[in-house]
Amino acid sequence: MKQRPFEDRYTAGWQAFAAQLDHLERQHPPKNALRVTPLPVVELPAAYRQLCQQLAIARNRRYSGSLVARLNQLGLRAHQQIYRAPQRRWQVVLDFLTTGFPQRVRADARLFWLCAALFYLPLFGMGWAVYQAPELIYSLLSPESVADLEAMYAPGKMAGDRDASTDLAMFGYYIHNNIGLGFRTFAGGMLLGAGSAFMLLLNGVFIGAVSGYLTARGFIETFYTFIAGHGAFELTGIVLAGVAGLKMGWAIVAPGRLRRAESLRQAATGGIQLILGVAAFLVLAAFIEAFWSSNQAIPADIKYTVGASGWLLVILYLTRAGRRAS
Amino acid sequence: MSARSSTPVFLDTLRHIETPEGIELSLRVAGPVARILAWSMDSLIRYGALWVLLMVLAMLGEGGMGLWLIALFLTEWFYPALFEVYAGGATPGKKALGLKVIHTNGTPVDWPGALIRNLLRAVDFLPLLYGFGLAAILCNRNFQRLGDLAAGTMVIYRDPAAATPQLPPGRALPPPFPLNTAEQQLLIDFAERSTTLNPERQAELADLLARQTGLYGVAGVERLCAHARWLAGEPA
Repeated sequence: MKQRPFEDRYTAGWQAFAAQLDHLERQHPPKNALRVTPLPVVELPAAYRQLCQQLAIARNRRYSGSLVARLNQLGLRAHQQIYRAPQRRWQVVLDFLTTGFPQRVRADARLFWLCAALFYLPLFGMGWAVYQAPELIYSLLSPESVADLEAMYAPGKMAGDRDASTDLAMFGYYIHNNIGLGFRTFAGGMLLGAGSAFMLLLNGVFIGAVSGYLTARGFIETFYTFIAGHGAFELTGIVLAGVAGLKMGWAIVAPGRLRRAESLRQAATGGIQLILGVAAFLVLAAFIEAFWSSNQAIPADIKYTVGASGWLLVILYLTRAGRRAS
Repeated sequence: MSARSSTPVFLDTLRHIETPEGIELSLRVAGPVARILAWSMDSLIRYGALWVLLMVLAMLGEGGMGLWLIALFLTEWFYPALFEVYAGGATPGKKALGLKVIHTNGTPVDWPGALIRNLLRAVDFLPLLYGFGLAAILCNRNFQRLGDLAAGTMVIYRDPAAATPQLPPGRALPPPFPLNTAEQQLLIDFAERSTTLNPERQAELADLLARQTGLYGVAGVERLCAHARWLAGEPA
């Protein structure tokens, strides 16, 4: 068959198919192609396979470039509609939080302990050192920052409630700052893991130094009642962001039996799941930090109890949740 | 007439993906310049919107600043991913430049892919102004930055709707001697494109075959188009 009769025979079909694709592409948000198509379910894939065959024929018979280009484009559009991952959003989110995320963390238990060491060793080391010699803080922070820090946690200064709009402002600040930091820790994994490790060490050193200094200065009650509430979620979030990043870094350094590119892609898919869980941890931490930790009306005992419950909850969640489902 | 070169052209940006139906679809990957322009446009839109939002929220005092910081956080990390998943693979900037993001296997980008490539922007941006990202793009035949490599995505041109060119009307005439398929294709392509060329250029191209047709200028063009119509299957 020559090109012209071939075109004459199928053009009507192509136009109908293109109209169908127009209809599908206008769906916002894109839905599963098989569910919204005006054609019966079996016909879209059938029409697509037919088009594939016609494209193959057109190429094989060396029909004109413009015809092949037109069919190629139709094929590409249909391919995009048919090979679309099904989206069941809320169920996916719920399953992920209750089972998927803790399972993922347990699957990377060794990386988790490595990251915990990279974070907590400098934290406690620096904390102890600065507690012994408070002037060490000036090797990390400028005198102005230290003065700010003292002003923030000096007993009596924090008395009285902050008003609600300050809480909201701080919430926005924690979200922007802390979660952004978590994401950067993850992204740093692309630098063979060095970026993530560096962020863990840096955070450990700074948090340790500040805690050691404030403890040495005797601001114990104001400081520890403040950090008790959100500590479990924030510190664990930081460590887990490191896990997500090092997972990618390790996949590049030691891809095992996979090609490096493939190993990286798989690790990134796991890593993105981890980092989404981290985001959930850090949002929770920011919420507690802004609206609970700052509230001076709550007695210290209750704050310590809530803080300890937070740690218990995090440990139970990461070790127990989703065991049955697997 | 020589057959089209069959050796691979390494500078070409055409990429082929093989589908489960056993055919290859071809698409063109987008280089750094188009992507930088798209990114600049997106940045303008993003910061413009944030600036307007800042004006509005500033009236709410300190609490408004909190809300603005949340908006800043969301646009910083999720603006591209949101558009890439819900608006056919393209942020407004990419759309304006005719670009879109897809997986390297040709399927549309999904949430994990879009999130990976956009969160990893943070390292593509290092050490300054997308240094690592640009280096990765230039080392990679699919122009993938680091985030694209990890996500298995690439940025391609969304081709404008292919036109359906008509052969110029006229009589159809069989060629005087058999032509192989490459030669037939060349003649049909010439006839299809002749409507977009000026008469001088048409004649110049047709004159290359003057030895075969024995005709020059407009007559030669008309003769080649007649052969093309016959080859395309129009009745003689």
